[in-house]
Amino acid sequence: MIEVLAPGPLATVQDRGRPGWAAVGVSRSGAADGPGAALANRLVGNDVGAAVIEATLGGLAVRFTAATLAVLTGARGPATLDGRQIAHAAPFHAPAGSILRLGAPARGLRTYLAVHGGIDVPAVLGSRSTDVLTGVGPERLAAGDRLPLGHAGGTVPGVDHAPVAEPELPPVLRLLPGPRLDWFAGDALRTLAAGAYTVTAASNRTALRLDGPPLARVVERELAPEGLVPGAVQVPPDGRPVVFLVDHPVTGGYPVVAVLRHADLALAAQVRPGDPVRFRRA
Amino acid sequence: MTLRVLPCGERAVLVELDDLDHVLGLQRALAAATPPGVQEWVPAARTVLVRFDPSVTTPARLADALAALPPSSAAMVTGPLVELEVRYDGADLAGVAAFAGCDADEVVARHVAPTYTVAFCGFTPGFAYLTGGDPTLRIPRLASPRTRVPAGSVAVADEYSAVYPGATPGGWRLLGRTDAILWDAAADPPARLAPGTRVRFRPVPW
Repeated sequence: MIEVLAPGPLATVQDRGRPGWAAVGVSRSGAADGPGAALANRLVGNDVGAAVIEATLGGLAVRFTAATLAVLTGARGPATLDGRQIAHAAPFHAPAGSILRLGAPARGLRTYLAVHGGIDVPAVLGSRSTDVLTGVGPERLAAGDRLPLGHAGGTVPGVDHAPVAEPELPPVLRLLPGPRLDWFAGDALRTLAAGAYTVTAASNRTALRLDGPPLARVVERELAPEGLVPGAVQVPPDGRPVVFLVDHPVTGGYPVVAVLRHADLALAAQVRPGDPVRFRRA
Repeated sequence: MTLRVLPCGERAVLVELDDLDHVLGLQRALAAATPPGVQEWVPAARTVLVRFDPSVTTPARLADALAALPPSSAAMVTGPLVELEVRYDGADLAGVAAFAGCDADEVVARHVAPTYTVAFCGFTPGFAYLTGGDPTLRIPRLASPRTRVPAGSVAVADEYSAVYPGATPGGWRLLGRTDAILWDAAADPPARLAPGTRVRFRPVPW
């Protein structure tokens, strides 16, 4: 069992999400930085689909009620176990009763805590992920929550520390043409690639909302809502791009000018309000 | 059917069609003979987003497979039939009657007459866009949406009818309410009205 002492700004349980429900209005959801969560699971001998805790901007404090193996990946920040420093991407043994506290990461946004056996809250539509847009899945974590752990069956790899490259700043997100690229004036991908964009405070697991050079349209008619994918770059009437993340709405009513390379979704999930981002044509 | 396949990243294509009938037709064709690598599809008013496994197929191969699907039309959609009991006491009943140039009883008669088909879902989980309604009830949505529409509200807007699965903001014109549960994540299936489901409304006294 893990007891939540403090959730920080936002902490949720996440796994690889619930594919297959988009036609009835539910996006896949899942860990925003999928590779970060998968690495955490591998380091403690879990299946990569096991549920982990996604902490946003640190602030998470938990108590382990029984001795276990755990690890932190994703955004790197100060972390202590009973006051002693915990290294990043390095599995650690947490004694029964020990308390883990995360400080705010210096860079990046989302830190993953994986525990041997995985977080075993009840699944909803086949997943333990919290979808902050639709509310499907477990509630966001709150102080006092007690989270059961799954059966610890997997073999723990003999790894002390996984080398993880620090992401470059600003992150460079590669763009593929979107379905409505021809609705935009000039060379819209070039406009995006030339612009200095900044992540605004209105960003969350649903989308990054960006400030920067607006995109002008040549096709002005209304768009009937159409299906979205994570990484879709949608342009609302003010011209400022919105990059959808894992908890995106299933459909959107503004044109999608571009779609991120799939591999760059994890980078997009780690930029935080105020951070710069750059685009490049894939 | 004219079918335009638009790029949508490394794991999906967006298929644009002439009209809603063809959207329903393509869904039926995909369900009857799913091309290799296709994982799911998301229908909307004029499009179907098709997600695929990039280790199995490519956008070009998928475009060929979609073009080769046998023609299928909305008329061939034969999903389950769901009957919903409705108390026609909605806040916009009189307004819709004025728009349609008839009285409230006639609005109810026109709303319960057709058998609808769920064309697609969206907005919130289980929110189904029902097509096949009476053309005289095609009223634009409210200029300023209500901040809260009660769960179970039966409403019309543009060419669609819908039932609000939960209490949410909303701009559709409210005709009445049903006690039916439209969305329950713990139920199987969670959405009572999925694409292809046919729907009839039955008026009940209130």
